[in-house]
Amino acid sequence: MEMLERPGALSIKNVTKVYDPEGVNVKAVDNCSMEIEGGEVCMIVGPSGCGKTTLLNAIAGFHSITEGSIHLDNKLLCGPEKPIAPQGADRMVVFQHGALFPWKTLQENVAYGPTVQKTLGAKEAMNKAGDMLAEAGLGNFVTRYPGEVSSGMARRAEIVRALINDPKVLLLDEPYRAMDALTKQIMHEALLETYDRTGVTIFFITHDLEEAIFLGDKVHIVTTRPCQLKKTVEVKIPRPRSYETQSSEDFRKLLVEVNEAVHEEAVKAFQAGERELA
Amino acid sequence: MSASSQATNGQNKIAEPLGFDLFVYRVKKYFGRLDPYLTLLGIFLWLFTYWVLCEGLQLWRFTKLPGPVAVSKDWFSTTPFQGISIFTAEYYEHIAVSCRRILIAFALATGLGVPLGLFMGWSRSIRDYIFPLIEVLRPIPILAWVPLSILLLPGFEWPVLFLATLASFFVTTLNAMLGVDSIDEEYFRAAGCLGSSRWDVFKNVVVPGALPFIFTGLQISIGVAWFSLVAAEMVSGDLGLGYLIVDAYMNNVTVPMVIAMITLGFIGYFSSALVRMLGNKLMAWHVKELNQQGR
Repeated sequence: MEMLERPGALSIKNVTKVYDPEGVNVKAVDNCSMEIEGGEVCMIVGPSGCGKTTLLNAIAGFHSITEGSIHLDNKLLCGPEKPIAPQGADRMVVFQHGALFPWKTLQENVAYGPTVQKTLGAKEAMNKAGDMLAEAGLGNFVTRYPGEVSSGMARRAEIVRALINDPKVLLLDEPYRAMDALTKQIMHEALLETYDRTGVTIFFITHDLEEAIFLGDKVHIVTTRPCQLKKTVEVKIPRPRSYETQSSEDFRKLLVEVNEAVHEEAVKAFQAGERELA
Repeated sequence: MSASSQATNGQNKIAEPLGFDLFVYRVKKYFGRLDPYLTLLGIFLWLFTYWVLCEGLQLWRFTKLPGPVAVSKDWFSTTPFQGISIFTAEYYEHIAVSCRRILIAFALATGLGVPLGLFMGWSRSIRDYIFPLIEVLRPIPILAWVPLSILLLPGFEWPVLFLATLASFFVTTLNAMLGVDSIDEEYFRAAGCLGSSRWDVFKNVVVPGALPFIFTGLQISIGVAWFSLVAAEMVSGDLGLGYLIVDAYMNNVTVPMVIAMITLGFIGYFSSALVRMLGNKLMAWHVKELNQQGR
């Protein structure tokens, strides 16, 4: 008998992705497999341009895959017969550079999903958006445009825009890359708080090893291009975690372990002069 | 200091000016800067040069032109020597006719050009159908269309309207299309993630995302509309400011010619300012974003 599992389990099996820019085949992902349990915070760490984003794009349905398959809760997203996954609100992406619509206020942005999916009427959607933004500490900024708030607030609003759709998986592509260390800290705590509340599966791409260990249940270290799973490090630091966690002995040990694995790949990537693909 | 007096201090901060006070404050602030004086100096220098050339020194060839004194004497006279002044009905008739034509031409060009450009940006196949054709027609100078339009269309009014519409239509279409191209791919992806239908994407991403480009295009296009309207009126017209210029020239009365030119300048300036204002009103998000960047 199967145990009752939390939703949002991702199963990535033997995925290969070959790009074909100008007739030159570039293998971005090569026979990559990962199992992500429902409700897990899964951190993907690897050198720049290694194909992590390609993997995320395949899950989100922005790009096709060449071989292999991806399942969400045992339902096929993409596979041999269906190279590109349909885009849907069960997998919400938070983008690297932020993709709140600059022409909509924060509240309109958050209300957008339920409105176009017609899960809520326009008015209820706006009300719920306002409530959720207030919950995230953005109550005074609901009528502002994204261009008028700090990048930290914008990113937080973007996560709210994703969560209002009740996604099974949250896909984050280096969302805090351009932020200073102090803002990052605040963003991490907010994300952890959100996770503790919702238990949504999180697929999080990052370069920042401390971030990976601080947030994650598992840290998947991937190789330089073509992207393959190199090593998985389990983070058994209990939740809820706070910034003090980062000075603990366990944390330091994990950091050394992850660093060793990823450093080798970073050197290889640097020597190969990899740059990011689309 | 007690707590209560601190509270009143907090409330006694300088009140923000409103209504008329705000207007006075802005005027004061404006004239407190150097810019308006430089502008006035610039206008003065320009007029002075014009006067020196035509009326002061009366240089060779410039004697054929009416100087600023002669022009303003006629322009503001109840009994203008050369027939056109702010007190003659004829003057306003020419202005009204030209403005009406611009209004129709600009509305047509915008009404056809913006949707066409948006669809061309949005759909690959629509672009494949139409873009090459537009790119071939666009470089043909508007004056080259004059004979064709006179042959094709009846009367005075239709050819003039056609010519004024055509030039601004190309500008508007192209800018709307480029506006869609300029939208970051991630907005489309985000919209897709959030469960948008193709029509939702068009309404919520394509149209607002292209708006800054569209309004830049519209400002250029209204200028182009004036340009081609006047050209058209000069070739084939019965009324209008362009016609007034040629008519005055033919009849050897140069003052109305200059009056019409300056009038065109002012009306053109106000029409693009109007378009800009409308754009800023529709794109509050864009204006605020630029303000945040200190622009």
